[in-house]
Amino acid sequence: MILTNTTNYFSQFIAYFSDTIGWGMGGQILAYVLIAIVYLIFFALAGLYLVYLERRVAAFFQLRLGPNRVGPWGLMQTIADALKLLSKEIFGTDRKDKLLYHTAYYLVIVAALISLSVIPFSNGIAAYDINIGVFFISAVSSVGILGLLIGGWGSNNKYGVLGGMRSGLQMISYELSSGLAILTIVLMAGSLQLSEIIHQQQAGWFLWRGHIPALIAFVIFVIAGTAESNRTPFDLPEGEAELGAGYHTEYSGMGFAWFFLAEFINMFIISAVGVTLFLGGWLAPFGITDGLGMPWLWGFIWFFIKVGLMIFLLMWFRWTFPRLRIDQLLTLEWKYLLPIGLVNIILMAVLVYYHLVF
Amino acid sequence: MERIIFYLLAIFIVVFALLSVTTKKLYRAAIYLLFVLLSISGIYFLLEYNFMGAVQLSVYVGGIMVILIYAIMMTDKIEGPLRTIPTTWKIVPIIVTVATAATAIYAIVTNSGIQKENVASVTTVDQVGEKLLSYDSGGFVLPFEVISVLLLAVMIGAIVIAKAKKLVDQQKNIKL
Repeated sequence: MILTNTTNYFSQFIAYFSDTIGWGMGGQILAYVLIAIVYLIFFALAGLYLVYLERRVAAFFQLRLGPNRVGPWGLMQTIADALKLLSKEIFGTDRKDKLLYHTAYYLVIVAALISLSVIPFSNGIAAYDINIGVFFISAVSSVGILGLLIGGWGSNNKYGVLGGMRSGLQMISYELSSGLAILTIVLMAGSLQLSEIIHQQQAGWFLWRGHIPALIAFVIFVIAGTAESNRTPFDLPEGEAELGAGYHTEYSGMGFAWFFLAEFINMFIISAVGVTLFLGGWLAPFGITDGLGMPWLWGFIWFFIKVGLMIFLLMWFRWTFPRLRIDQLLTLEWKYLLPIGLVNIILMAVLVYYHLVF
Repeated sequence: MERIIFYLLAIFIVVFALLSVTTKKLYRAAIYLLFVLLSISGIYFLLEYNFMGAVQLSVYVGGIMVILIYAIMMTDKIEGPLRTIPTTWKIVPIIVTVATAATAIYAIVTNSGIQKENVASVTTVDQVGEKLLSYDSGGFVLPFEVISVLLLAVMIGAIVIAKAKKLVDQQKNIKL
């Protein structure tokens, strides 16, 4: 079954309010607001349950149980944590730059939320299916870097400044490698639009169709993605032993919680982009659920299964590899990943030119 | 609704541009400039010129602003009153500013009747790439190549600066 003509359910939803009910401009705005609220709820729930998942996975790797008392299987644990953070007193350093201190977490969280709007969750379910999707995500994520830099500076703390500078350095460096890995796949797809990239994978996922260069690009993307989301083994910006907590040393209560949530949402976004580019997005493997009806529901199910596996992979890294030193981190990027990525993209261009990809 | 969003963005740009040149704190000036650049990318998205908006975000916000912030961290007086510069230094900037403003105002006043062209409203990446490498009239292959040479020169320069101490040491060893 070849799906070509996608209907975007979101534009139908907006058209329903503005034309079918006949509320015109007001209906349109109401529809936008409703979509935004749905995304915000998803944002909060995904953030909370990724934290829960992280703790359970960590416990699994260390032969413990993890949170298991609050609610069934401890499912309410992170909600209780969030309520605790909400009610905590907010205090920081004395002579902080108040404007920068409070702008920082908004920048980080808005960047994460905007990236989320581009990702296709299922067939025709993407709030902003822009024709430069992949590029848009990498452009918006650079706003998040500034959030960390500003937060580190604004809190008037030397560990904050050092952590902010380190994370800026790390994210700029690894953005190059993940960009090259993304470009390798864009060469095959011939499009930057995420839904179009998924539609091209109906003949087979790009990970298999691009064989050697796509496999190399996938490995580079996963390493660079781990580094970009500041996760272990690349979590130097908040290395406890050296920097306290890095850029969010001086944040407490909800200020800290925003950074924490945005970090987990960034992990979700990186997994979702990886799944979309390499693993066929919401497409079922070998099309096994194509004839069963309700295509959008199956799309959701497969998308979240794949993203869950990617997230599990990232959490697996955390309990497998020791933390790198800052010079090792930069050596890995500039002396290994970047040259490999550059050669890889040329290899992919040659393969695509001679039709050697499947 | 587009009109309201445009005026909001325009007010943002004007207010933050003014704040960025009048504030006494250097780091805050950079952040106000960041807001100006973000609003400008918002205007590109409003015009449905998505590619340009994303370029604005990734080049100006992700690249230049980050470099600017790193540069500010290396200056000696970040907080407190800025150093005052001699009056004679102000002459050239004033001339440049007035000339730029006059050019912009002249261009706006003489071309105020232009309507938005109803060509294919979304510019695809294919079109941008073909224009960038075409050597027909309206093609951009020469600027593209010039920028490539410039970037190569910058990269070689960065390597030379980073390795300067090593090179000097080597030369000393040869003389001995």
